[in-house]
Amino acid sequence: MTHTLTVLVENTPGVLARVAGLFSRRGFNIDSLAVGRSEDPGVSRMTIVVEGDDQILEQVTKQLHKLVDVIKITDVSRDDFVDRELVMIKVKTETSTRAEIMQLVDIFRARIVDVGPKTLTIEVTGYESKINAFEKSLRPFGIMEMVRTGKVAMLRGFKSTTIDESQKKEDVY
Amino acid sequence: MEITVAEALVRCLEQENVELVFGYPGGAILPVYDALCNSVIKHVLVRHEQGAAHAADGYARMTGRVGVCLATSGPGATNLVTGIANAYMDSVPMVLITGQVSASQIGTDAFQEVDITGITIPVTKHNYLVKDPNQLPQIIRKAFHIASTGRPGPVLIDLPKDVAQAKIKFTYPKNIHLPGYRPTYKGHRAMVSQAGKIIMESNRPVIYAGGGVRIADAAPELRELAETISAPVTNTLMGLGCFPGEHPLFLGMLGLHGTRYANLAVTECDCLIAVGARFDDRVVARIDGFAPGAKIIHIDIDPAEISKNMRADLPIVGDVKRVLEALLPLLKKKKNTEWMARVQAWKKEYPLNYRIDGTLKPQLIIEKIYELTGGDVVVVTDVGQHQMWAAQYYKYKEPRSFITSGGLGTMGFGLPAAIGAQMGAPGQKIILITGDGSIQMTLQELGTAMEQKLPLKIFVMNNRQLGMVRQLQEFYCDKRYIAVNFQYDLDFAALGRVYGMAGYTIETPEQLAEMLPEILAANRPVMVNCLINGEENVLPMVLAGANIGEAID
Ligand SMILES: Cc1ncc(C[n+]2csc(CCOP(=O)(O)OP(=O)(O)O)c2C)c(N)n1
Repeated sequence: MTHTLTVLVENTPGVLARVAGLFSRRGFNIDSLAVGRSEDPGVSRMTIVVEGDDQILEQVTKQLHKLVDVIKITDVSRDDFVDRELVMIKVKTETSTRAEIMQLVDIFRARIVDVGPKTLTIEVTGYESKINAFEKSLRPFGIMEMVRTGKVAMLRGFKSTTIDESQKKEDVY
Repeated sequence: MEITVAEALVRCLEQENVELVFGYPGGAILPVYDALCNSVIKHVLVRHEQGAAHAADGYARMTGRVGVCLATSGPGATNLVTGIANAYMDSVPMVLITGQVSASQIGTDAFQEVDITGITIPVTKHNYLVKDPNQLPQIIRKAFHIASTGRPGPVLIDLPKDVAQAKIKFTYPKNIHLPGYRPTYKGHRAMVSQAGKIIMESNRPVIYAGGGVRIADAAPELRELAETISAPVTNTLMGLGCFPGEHPLFLGMLGLHGTRYANLAVTECDCLIAVGARFDDRVVARIDGFAPGAKIIHIDIDPAEISKNMRADLPIVGDVKRVLEALLPLLKKKKNTEWMARVQAWKKEYPLNYRIDGTLKPQLIIEKIYELTGGDVVVVTDVGQHQMWAAQYYKYKEPRSFITSGGLGTMGFGLPAAIGAQMGAPGQKIILITGDGSIQMTLQELGTAMEQKLPLKIFVMNNRQLGMVRQLQEFYCDKRYIAVNFQYDLDFAALGRVYGMAGYTIETPEQLAEMLPEILAANRPVMVNCLINGEENVLPMVLAGANIGEAID
């Protein structure tokens, strides 16, 4: 089973090392990890795709929660959600193949972002299976280089993965 | 008025009511030591930073307060690492402050630079690198809070030298904001009442209690639980002391070197109440053979421990004391007459024992120490066979009367931990049971103990070997002994005298009977070289691959 987790973390320097280290240390597999700023300047939002059964997922979630910098974890894949990934592919071209490649770009609603004498660099976003299909159809032409951002995900509708009100308060001791 | 960050740090420690710190100075931590000159906080100079970490650990286990350590950058910081890992595994609250090269030099492989926050991520509850001088008071406040609440653990703060020298306006924050850190203290009500039902319906309950009981100060509640429902109690190594050793319901320690009757009771029970324990592999052995017919109720403050090693039928996340307080009113007195009879029969049939053959047996030494002290001392141990015998043959009365390295099993823990414990409880009689292997790992701390005038009683169970490993080689390597015998015979009594301690050598049971009263009554430090029989094995023993019910003895 694949799960897509949205993890809100405090925006501290070591936080990525803490999260990534936790996965390798505990023997959990990460399929993909994407991280960036969130709507709150002090908080980053990570999207982590993990492979594993419910028991593994339970441990992943609990261990992540033990990290002091981790504020909130949502398994968006338990709900209605959208996910996207951005990919850039540099493909070899010859005069004979250029037209065919551009046709594929059209079909997949991809975009050409750089044109070289013997290459085309193409950007495509979408869900995983679309990207995989696009990659597959370009393979015969010769893919020189590919780069993927990793998945980002969001719940559909009014639901969100933002911080709970109760977590915004200061603690008084 | 502005003060330096180093001065602010010392003020923060004072605000946290720190009375003493264990440490070792160096260049990068110089400003902090300088600021310490004007403080009421006592500094204990150790002989090696590992000693500082273990001493702070022993202090924390003894007092329940946060142990504090200071060390310099680079080698000072890396020398702490074993001590940090040790505290992390046993959930000991500590704050460790390391000097770091100046912020401007970080990342340049500067002299004595090491990425200690990176190195200690896996072995700290949390750590900080202080970059902004104004953040320091906040960070110290958070560090103490994180170290001492929830499931306790070590927190490290790395302080670059130039940051320590910067000036700030000091106020100690009252409030802190840690949105990602909210321990659960109160057990879920429905779960607690469900647990009450399972317990009342059980006929063969067993309580399996760990170090969490000591940490939560829940020994009285544990006792009330056991007596109310007539459940025998077995302890993990970390839990020893949280249930009275002489209590008729007590089964001693369980697990690989547990008593036969504790292991049998767990194997046969129909309801296992795990309280502040974590189903460690040294306890459980084969997972499918551990309490196979039991409903498992697991009470722990750390949600990640629940169903990590063994699936719990009923998890309750919360502070052990508060959960037990909520649970007790739901229970009625019950007797389990048949079960009690079975358990008592096991106790009679399979007592702990060893062969008496006129040689000096380590088990006998522990028994005699117990006889003479009646359980009114604190026993600190190192790691190895002697540790297991101290766990088996001494009967602990009080929750903080047994201090040992459990999760990490760190040889060399004993002496510095005993120092820390004694510094935390000056009036307390502290007995260190160590091995000739273990004590040589941190032997240098004898200097610290003497300097601090600590009347430690050190019993070296001297078998001229690494007994526990020899035992493993006997069982698992067909007695192909390698690297376990010390060829050089060290006279520990003479060694003690070199340091100014009283030194004794005991070779026979008769000498033991004769000298022990004097040794224990002495109010000066004593080193006892106990020349024990080197053939002895720790028994019972659950062999690799067996269930805990199948121990050999
Ligand atoms: C730092 C460290 N290194 C190695 C070990 C592995 N080990 C476990 S017990 C033991 C032997 C301990 O010897 P000693 O202290 O003499 O105690 P004994 O078993 O003889 O009572 C060893 C080497 C360990 N636990 N800790």
